[in-house]
Amino acid sequence: MSLHVSRREALAVGAGAFVAAAGGLPAAALAKNDADEIIKSFTGGKEPLKSKVKLDLPEIAENGNTVPMTVSVESPMTSASHVTDILIVADQNPRAGVVHFRLSPLSGVAEANTRIRLAETQNVIALAKMNDGAVFTDSKLVKVTIGGCGG
Amino acid sequence: MADVKPRIRLDKKTAQKGDIVEVKTLVSHVMESGQRRDSAGAVVPRKIINKFTVELNGKPLFAADLEPAISANPYMQFKFKAQESGTLTFTWIDDDGTKITAEEKITVS
Repeated sequence: MSLHVSRREALAVGAGAFVAAAGGLPAAALAKNDADEIIKSFTGGKEPLKSKVKLDLPEIAENGNTVPMTVSVESPMTSASHVTDILIVADQNPRAGVVHFRLSPLSGVAEANTRIRLAETQNVIALAKMNDGAVFTDSKLVKVTIGGCGG
Repeated sequence: MADVKPRIRLDKKTAQKGDIVEVKTLVSHVMESGQRRDSAGAVVPRKIINKFTVELNGKPLFAADLEPAISANPYMQFKFKAQESGTLTFTWIDDDGTKITAEEKITVS
């Protein structure tokens, strides 16, 4: 009896540790698709700052076929200072690219919302590029219970 | 083809200059990712909307390059600052080049 309980406990601790470790490692280290190349191509090799970008996704996605996502970037969106591009990448999907938003000062506000497919638990990364070339980023780990890649 | 008339909702069609307008859009499309297999085991070819653009009086306001990772019946929501009156033109482009377009008017005072 006590052996059964302690084994379950051990599994729970193990699973927790695994998820914690997965969340703690940098996204690039875990990517199993073209995430690294796409990110490098977008940033021009620049290290993005973890600031200004806010990526909103559920912690747990019940249905990987349709996961709501909002991305917003702090920016005056004036001709002098505005977001030109926002790239969203998922590091464990068959292909990393999710969507690339293009904005202009005419937008006035840097915010977009859509629904995405996630094949499995993974990091979703948002990168925002400004008109002066500066790049900012935010990322979220989304746990996916039912994968969203068909089949 | 099934109803492909897109649904567009602006939270305000009349605005003061400087107001933030929220736009919600929805278009019917299977967004076939190219990852699925049919019952015979053959890959179902990719067929998606790969581009969504919004122009205000012909000037680019918002655009998105979509990948197969965007869910079926793509929902796109964005905000913009009301600065001038006119016509918003929404365009969705399929991999095969087909375009779906729609318009909305906005009055800014």
